[in-house]
Amino acid sequence: MTTTQETAPAPEREEIITGCDAVAQALRLLDVDVLAGYPIRPYDSVMTAVSKMIADGQMDAEFIVAESEHSQFEIGKHASLVGARAFIGSSGVGWMYGMEALVVTASLRLPVVALVGNRALDDPGAFGVEHNDAMMVRDTGWLLYWVESAQEALDTTLLAYRVAEDKRVMLPCALSMDGAFLTHSQHMVRVPVADTVSAFVPPYELGDRRFHPDNPVSIAPQFNEDWVMEARRQSDAGMRRARAVIAEATADFHRVFGRGPADPFVDSYRMEDAEYVLMGMGTVGMVGKVAVDRMRAAGKKVGFLRVKWFRPFPQPELRALLRGVKGVGVVDRDYSFGSNSHGGVLYTEVAAALYPEPRRPVLVPFIAGLGGREVSVDNLLEMEETVERATADGVADLTCQWIGVRGPDSDPRDVAATAEGGVR
Amino acid sequence: MAIPELVIPDLEINRRLTVLPMQEYYTSGHRTCQGCESALVMRYMAKIAGPRTLVTGTTGCMYVANTSYNSTPWALPWAHTQLGSAGSSAIGTAAALKVLMRKGKIPDERINVIAFCSDGGGGDMGLATLSAALQDTRYNLLILLYDNESYANTDIQASGMTPWGAVTSFTPSGTEQRITQHRWKKNVPALLMAGHPTGRYFANASSGFGMDLMDKVRIALDVGGPTFVQTHDPCPKGWDFDPRMSHELAILAVECGITVLWDCLEGELRYQGLTKQQVEGKVRRKPVADYLRRQGRFAHFTDEDVDFFQSRIDEMWEDWILPGVLRVNQTPFGRLPVDGSSPRQAGHAGAAVASGNGNGSGGAQIEAVGGNRA
Ligand SMILES: Cc1ncc(C[n+]2csc(CCOP(=O)(O)OP(=O)(O)O)c2C)c(N)n1
Ligand code: SF4
Ligand SMILES: [Mg+2]
Repeated sequence: MTTTQETAPAPEREEIITGCDAVAQALRLLDVDVLAGYPIRPYDSVMTAVSKMIADGQMDAEFIVAESEHSQFEIGKHASLVGARAFIGSSGVGWMYGMEALVVTASLRLPVVALVGNRALDDPGAFGVEHNDAMMVRDTGWLLYWVESAQEALDTTLLAYRVAEDKRVMLPCALSMDGAFLTHSQHMVRVPVADTVSAFVPPYELGDRRFHPDNPVSIAPQFNEDWVMEARRQSDAGMRRARAVIAEATADFHRVFGRGPADPFVDSYRMEDAEYVLMGMGTVGMVGKVAVDRMRAAGKKVGFLRVKWFRPFPQPELRALLRGVKGVGVVDRDYSFGSNSHGGVLYTEVAAALYPEPRRPVLVPFIAGLGGREVSVDNLLEMEETVERATADGVADLTCQWIGVRGPDSDPRDVAATAEGGVR
Repeated sequence: MAIPELVIPDLEINRRLTVLPMQEYYTSGHRTCQGCESALVMRYMAKIAGPRTLVTGTTGCMYVANTSYNSTPWALPWAHTQLGSAGSSAIGTAAALKVLMRKGKIPDERINVIAFCSDGGGGDMGLATLSAALQDTRYNLLILLYDNESYANTDIQASGMTPWGAVTSFTPSGTEQRITQHRWKKNVPALLMAGHPTGRYFANASSGFGMDLMDKVRIALDVGGPTFVQTHDPCPKGWDFDPRMSHELAILAVECGITVLWDCLEGELRYQGLTKQQVEGKVRRKPVADYLRRQGRFAHFTDEDVDFFQSRIDEMWEDWILPGVLRVNQTPFGRLPVDGSSPRQAGHAGAAVASGNGNGSGGAQIEAVGGNRA
């Protein structure tokens, strides 16, 4: 993504705030109309922040304390249908509890924006990050983004509304943020002013679907095989068009704010001449970059590739960036038990994305950092070694490696060997 | 058994409403069953609410049979909401209207917000959302629960508001178990009224008494919100009777004292029409057999079952603190029979005194039906 000519940067103030607070600041600047909250850690800090801003008169909005996530999401959906800019969010089992309402928000093509503070699903009742919660909407027509820093959280909230509300897209957007590692860790964030934000995000217009007495339409009537496929294809078309809209909005972000990401879809770090690449989503990117610096210092040609937009999935970028790379390690902070090579969701998507390439790199799936366990620089160094070894040995289908997990009995490599008749 | 002649009573039910608009806002285009009283309730509701109204409706007959793509009966703006979301759809809609008007994004005017649901979506699944809506005093909204006494649209399954003993797709009558709908119908309007001092208007109405029903919807909308109206609507398919008798059956339910016409405006309880006359002792309740014996869903009832049903209705009139509305008893309810055995008389005056739990109000105690109360 080339940066368009940058005019004088708009005035911004710098603050040290958490990921959740950064999203709250964006919501204030966006003049969001209706917000519905329900308590679950760790996303709920964003609701704590906005409710206080409303109480203090810094923001004019209706804040609704819902009686469940299902209601929370339905409230957001219906408010959006009336023409209000709406915000919701959740974590872990809360996101799952409201799944029905999430699905219809997407199929009704309503541009609600949500924050998912990624959290492990019960049981056990863990608080730590896992990406499975947000992943559950990946097939339903939600735009999905994983942020790495508080600044990116603020900026992407602006982008999310701009893209979701674009007439060519009209799909809801979920912003995923690693629980604790980002929701509650503080970063230096540049907070723009409201005028600049309204120059970047035009008012929300629902047009002829607006739910108002002046527009007596029936919304979401019942139909079956006679029309369902056409409706699904319209959602698909919106998602296909989203790529161009995201690129356009990111370019415009540079123009308005005088800063912004180099590439709308992926964050590539020292990828220029990389022979080996590690990939992941969310805060693992920060650790990954440190690990890459170390390996580069030791003379290795290694890069890190962070997937930002998961829906739409950046297939063209991945194909281009991984062309010529020898080996790739995909770090999943999620699981998809029983899937290809027993890897996680990101691995499966990356593998599928690269399939059309005539020459593909060796791809090694890793699962790490589940339930909020730290993924360390050493872990990433270990993964890179494994990728190099697999590449050298010509092992093209290494089954998924679990990193930083205790006990030989719980090691899937051993279990797989036993199942195939091998001795341990 | 000879079916007695139905007499439609000449009732004084027009408390205030005497003139109706000609306009209809729920018109042709639906494909509900013949004799569907819930469709009639929709028509009454829309007619009295008028054109400056937004309606949301949960999944169910009044969605699926009503709103087939390209043939909507709604001349009002209408939107589907999920089965358990009546209350949330009302809150979301009303909140959005309020903030958009405050910010000058849409003209400031009175717009009615009505969310309707049925016994399944509202009385069971979405009950918590009704509760939430009735707590939010910031918004003007009406929840209308059309009670057709089953999950009708999915082919008639028992809900928590299906009458005791009724046969449904999930509660058949079998050779071993004659009765499998063990639950006594829950009293949703009273439950909501009793627990939500923030609700400004609660009413129980019947599709058989259109003027009363429309009056209640009108009062609810005039009061603002949050408000709740429930209607009792015979469903020929679900209750198994000739569609010609729908309206009569609704009236009969009131005549038998099964459906009670009441409302509660800002904390003041009032009875209406025939119910009022029953409360005042001017009209005697008809035996519930007149009502039960006309419906296939009760065809398996023995005389004892009918007696049991009658005893419960009697209790509701003779024993409750607010007759037909609020069950704070002189005597405890006892247990419902759960093993298919014939129910014994229980609950109200005349029951044998046996092992009570000692904390019933008024000191009177009853024998628990089934005899195994611990
Ligand atoms: C979450 C969910 N569960 C189940 C269903 C299936 N379903 C569709 S309509 C319906 C019946 C609803 O009954 P009720 O609310 O009483 O409305 P009625 O059909 O009687 O009008 C059910 C169970 C659904 N649509 N959504
Ligand atoms: S099944 Fe009952 S509620 Fe449903 S359309 Fe038919 S009569 Fe009406
Ligand atoms: Mg029903």
